[in-house]
Amino acid sequence: MTTVAEPRARPQPSTLTRLRGWFRNPWGKPRFLGVFTWAYILWSIVPVLIAVQFSFNATRSRTAWDSFSTRWYWGDPVDSVLHDPSLSHALVQSFKLAAADVLIAVPIGVLLALGLARWRGRGSGTSNFIMLFPLVTPEIVMGVSLLLVFSHVFTFIETGTLAQLLGHVTFSISFVVVIVRGRLFSIGRQYEEAAADLGASPFVALTRVLLPLLTPAIVASAAVVFAISADDFVISQWLSSGGSTDTVPIQIYAATRAAPLPSVNAIATIMMVSTLLIVAVGFLTWRFFTRGERRAGTAAEDMGGAFNIT
Amino acid sequence: MYRRWLWPGLALPGVLWLVLLFVVPFYAVLGVALGTVDPVLFQPVPIWNPLDWNVGWLNEVLGRLAPGGIWFDVGIRTIVYVVVALALCLLIGYPVAYFTARHAGRWKGVILILIILPLWISYMMRMLAWVNLLQEDGYVNQFLMFTHVLSQPRDWLGGSASTVIFALVYGYIPYLILPLFASLDRIDRSHLEAARDLGASRWSAFRSVTLPLSKTGILGGAVLITLPMFGDYYTPNIVSGAPNTSMIGNQIDLYFHGGPQPTIGAALTIVLAAFLTILMLYYLRSIHRAQREAGAVGAL
Repeated sequence: MTTVAEPRARPQPSTLTRLRGWFRNPWGKPRFLGVFTWAYILWSIVPVLIAVQFSFNATRSRTAWDSFSTRWYWGDPVDSVLHDPSLSHALVQSFKLAAADVLIAVPIGVLLALGLARWRGRGSGTSNFIMLFPLVTPEIVMGVSLLLVFSHVFTFIETGTLAQLLGHVTFSISFVVVIVRGRLFSIGRQYEEAAADLGASPFVALTRVLLPLLTPAIVASAAVVFAISADDFVISQWLSSGGSTDTVPIQIYAATRAAPLPSVNAIATIMMVSTLLIVAVGFLTWRFFTRGERRAGTAAEDMGGAFNIT
Repeated sequence: MYRRWLWPGLALPGVLWLVLLFVVPFYAVLGVALGTVDPVLFQPVPIWNPLDWNVGWLNEVLGRLAPGGIWFDVGIRTIVYVVVALALCLLIGYPVAYFTARHAGRWKGVILILIILPLWISYMMRMLAWVNLLQEDGYVNQFLMFTHVLSQPRDWLGGSASTVIFALVYGYIPYLILPLFASLDRIDRSHLEAARDLGASRWSAFRSVTLPLSKTGILGGAVLITLPMFGDYYTPNIVSGAPNTSMIGNQIDLYFHGGPQPTIGAALTIVLAAFLTILMLYYLRSIHRAQREAGAVGAL
């Protein structure tokens, strides 16, 4: 026979105690880490959102919010992105460089990745080694070396748009190789071997089997190249020949050191939105082509993996 | 015949490109740094034959970097900034990567995208965002005065070392979190379960299983952000611009952009590249060792 104890009125734990219990619950998830992670995410993104907000400010201030306006995009007849030639020109220069970089670096990089993955023989080891260097060389070292090569060796190329483009392609190729090689590795060799068994020459197997399978990696690397080219400051600055070849990052850099107007926030916002759109398209294309192949979410890792060289 | 040449042939344009625009340019830096200077025009005269190289300028630069030299402080400052920023990045980045890999649950995809997002936002845009916030009448000062931490606005952007380190951390941390996440995500959970079954507490399981197995990620991420931080000159310029926070990169920048002698800049670039190569070799050796150790833990 059991006696049920009279339920005693327990003192209600205070909010603070409950919060502490929620944090310290040894069977639950580590709450502290969760709060910490979300705080980190807010810290990394909110400042940028505030900068975007002030690009729509109606006054000249970047610190005191007045009211919403598109003045700094096209409204202001002198200082808006549309009407200030130095800003609109920088936007065109950035897009021009990024697009040309994609058109040159992606084909060269894809071919290099294919070659390095299948080429066994003299020179392949060295080439593999050289390919990795641009990924770990600080940009200032690359900037100095390109500036000096154009002023002392390839003297027929002057600093300016062409030199900037050559520089951008040089640091972009390795990113394409890393992304495409990852995909080649996950495809394996069986499709090519099946094609060869069915009588396809290596060239036919390459164009009819391997290249279609590489489509997601090619799209992803195009998006990555566009983003890193649009983001690049150092190479563009070292190889710039002055005002007409300044890109958006150079304009932002110059403006932050002077007394900037919200139009700088506006141009930075335009650049950011375009880059994010292109990366999102690349990401969705990758997901579309690789659907059913692997668990969801890895596309983000693969595209971010361009920065993960280890 | 063409079977043999197909693959090297495909690689050829890329290899040629990198030789002409990566290897040759590096040699050009050597040629200028180890060359002479025109006594009249003060223009660098590169020397291409290694047998004729003149180490005078390199010695000059090394002398300036040595204790007592005019760049000694800059060199030490660069190392201190990078080491402190790296430590802070690890301190903030490791818990974030750990939570995302282990405990994020159904939020994992969203958190991962939000962590990667800053990588696709221009570095300059992110610096601009903080320059706005750290203005004299910016949100940071307003907040700190509202909460009575400060009684009057502080000048954050006028040459403060803590602002430069903070900006370095903010700028480079996303590049560290990603490799950390990748290495933590790869760890087989059964190792942890085994450790817990054998009576290890949460903390000791972390210390003896997770931490050693994520060592490759820590080292990889650290080297990935350390190398560019050593060559950084724009971050201190943007958030400070004062000589008392200038780094080695700023000296190189100074000698090329408007500076009188590119030869000295080139020699300093060579010294920086050599220093970073040593770091890189040290990294390759430690990663080799870490992988062997991880193999041993994995085999248990």
